[in-house]
Amino acid sequence: MTDTATATPTPTRWKPPSMIERPAVRYALWAVAAAYLVWSMGALEVDWGRVAQGFPRAGNMVARMFPPDFSRWDLLVRGVVESVEMAFAASFIGMVLAVPLGLCAAGNIMPRPVYLVARTLIVLSRTFHEVILAILFVKIVGFGPLAGLLTLVVASVSFISKMIAEDIENMNMGQVEAVRATGASFAKVLVYAIQPQVLPRYLGVCIYRLDANIRHSTVVGIVGAGGIGMTLSATFKRYDYDFSMAILLTIIGLVFIGEFFSNWVRGKLR
Amino acid sequence: MLEITGLEKQYPNGFRALHGIDLRVDEPQVIAVIGSSGAGKSTLIRCINRLVEPTAGSVRLNGLEITRLGRGDLRRARRMMGMIFQEYNLVERLTVMENVLSGRLGYVGFWRAFRRAYPPDDVRAAFELLERVGLGGRHNTRADALSGGQRQRVGIARALMQAPDLLLVDEPTASLDPKTSRQIMRLICELAHERGTPALVNIHDVALAQNSADRIVGLRDGDLVFDGGPADLTGDALNEIYGEEDWSATIRSDEDDEDGAAPPPPPQASAGALGK
Amino acid sequence: MTPADHAARYPEVWRKFSPRQTVVRYIWFAGIVFVAAWSLRHLEIPWEYFLDAHEQVADLVVRMYPPAWDHFGQILDPLLETIHIATLGTIVTFGISLPIAIISARNTTPNVVTWFIGRFILVASRSINTVVWALIFVAIFGPGPMAGIWAVAFRSIGFMGKLIAEAIEEVDAGAVEAIEATGASRLQVLMIGVLPQVLPVIYGTTVYRWDINIRESTVLGFVGAGGIGIQLYSSINQFQWDEVSVMLLSVFGVVVVSEWISATVREKIT
Repeated sequence: MTDTATATPTPTRWKPPSMIERPAVRYALWAVAAAYLVWSMGALEVDWGRVAQGFPRAGNMVARMFPPDFSRWDLLVRGVVESVEMAFAASFIGMVLAVPLGLCAAGNIMPRPVYLVARTLIVLSRTFHEVILAILFVKIVGFGPLAGLLTLVVASVSFISKMIAEDIENMNMGQVEAVRATGASFAKVLVYAIQPQVLPRYLGVCIYRLDANIRHSTVVGIVGAGGIGMTLSATFKRYDYDFSMAILLTIIGLVFIGEFFSNWVRGKLR
Repeated sequence: MLEITGLEKQYPNGFRALHGIDLRVDEPQVIAVIGSSGAGKSTLIRCINRLVEPTAGSVRLNGLEITRLGRGDLRRARRMMGMIFQEYNLVERLTVMENVLSGRLGYVGFWRAFRRAYPPDDVRAAFELLERVGLGGRHNTRADALSGGQRQRVGIARALMQAPDLLLVDEPTASLDPKTSRQIMRLICELAHERGTPALVNIHDVALAQNSADRIVGLRDGDLVFDGGPADLTGDALNEIYGEEDWSATIRSDEDDEDGAAPPPPPQASAGALGK
Repeated sequence: MTPADHAARYPEVWRKFSPRQTVVRYIWFAGIVFVAAWSLRHLEIPWEYFLDAHEQVADLVVRMYPPAWDHFGQILDPLLETIHIATLGTIVTFGISLPIAIISARNTTPNVVTWFIGRFILVASRSINTVVWALIFVAIFGPGPMAGIWAVAFRSIGFMGKLIAEAIEEVDAGAVEAIEATGASRLQVLMIGVLPQVLPVIYGTTVYRWDINIRESTVLGFVGAGGIGIQLYSSINQFQWDEVSVMLLSVFGVVVVSEWISATVREKIT
């Protein structure tokens, strides 16, 4: 040890080892990233003239947003109440319907075909953005809160049932075996071995979903599916920016309350 | 060198950790600070470099009044004081070298630190220190891949990188096993003597303190109750610091330790055996 | 042992919950059901629309099949644009969210005012849905992908900023203390003491958010902010269901692939 130290002079330069050891790979990655940036920026059809106008426009818009106009509060309250009601109802229906679907999607307690069908349903409904679901439902049941409700129900069911399925798959199978060993039927296994392990997380997920539904209920209206979003998008079309600002502030407040409530309840559940 | 007068600390919750400590260090010596948990050892050390703000009193390092410095001056003053921690306090996800070089942060600008482009002299000093603390060749290892003893060696190297005028050492061995504790303590004392740097070492292990320090200071409930050489630390003195207890076993085990620690441990013998 | 003691220690009827607990539980159940039912009723949903929904769905499915695959050539560019919007928006967020996270974390914020500003930015960004942000940016920059990129970025700041701020609040305070003790400046403490500890979280949330953003950018076109949504919206409104099915299948493919990429990358870096 001391021999090598005296033989070679102590180095005076040091560079930290890179995350990617081979320099060729490192530079290649940088080149790819740069090439992607150039390509994607070039591919976007941006009307630069229009974008350049954007900054004065933004200033103008902000100027018109203040002071926020709460004078049409009746319209505002009606929209917000509708959004919140859609969120409440959809969360409840979702949490009920998610239980059977979640059970079916748990690979360790269900036969393979049932599992596959349930998983496919969940993946399908999870992939599409709420607004896509909303517009499809608008086409099916017409404009109004029913389409929004159905959208939120589908989104809630897929989210909650996925969580249930994952919880069941990760639970302690020893407890299931122990209850099964007493000669219990499937329903009894469900109540005695599975439900106690999964219930607390399930309730937490439902509350979280209520919070998420409140957030989503404010946008489904943009495609005509009810709630405050309908009013909001109308104000943008009419350049009623002071009323837009009032709605946006209300939404921020609403989401803040929803999140606070959700955190509070989940804290209590723990 | 270091002069502490009337140092007091009262925490916001009302707890008075230090009531008027006076301490002078005039020569480069290793001073062990002993006392039971909660006696104020950590607070004392942290009040010196103001990681904890003292509520009253004065701390002078080489004539510079530390307690009244503004932010920028405090930073410059902190460069003079190297600190070694109980839990090593390395940045785990950085390499050993980056941790050691972080001791120079007070001397380099933001961009140099960002690019890890430290001056050549600093890099050379870092390599030499790593060699000295027994971690030669480990500079590119990430800190979280090291054992406790090795991490503490990195911590020591980082503190010494500052070329400090004073070493503040907070329970350097409390998280280590007895053998490693003795090695680390010996390393700290050797380095302090080599470089002529006084060191203030908080330590729980009375035997280890008696064994390695040049001077011992005892704290009890925020008061300085003992200040003397290791030989003066009698059972009566320990009663004064820790409260009534039978100390004969502790003092005896200290002598046993001295036998074990004084001659270099037998690795050479085993290496020779392997060589044959 | 007196009979009373015996009865107390070995009751003939064993119940999991005391009578009081039982009552409280039932009140909770009843309350939840009541809120859901009341919401549903108050929405005044015209249920008769719901009656023929199955026919409408069947009709949709029939008209969607077979998908008009020859249309795929025309949607390839918008599909790529969707991916670009998500990627560029995420890159913008990557740059902005760290400083905001730093002022929003209790242990690194300079003072109460900056902390409050940081928290407000996070809450506002998260409360307003990507589609609503798109409405705002379309009004500023005009229709097109530029609005989409900024919409994606503004929504993602809250998401990433919140997660990074939480990570900053959980860093090892000892390491930070040690760097402070060397006399390092505030910026150096952030860079050497804090940043390396949260870097994995930053990379992880960026990749995670990218995959969410792909899903979000599929609907930005509904409000004119670029991507596949523009064609999807017009095809739906013109009842070109065979084209719609091609687009939905493509979106499904892109989302599934991006989810897979994101999951793989995150597994590698943690």
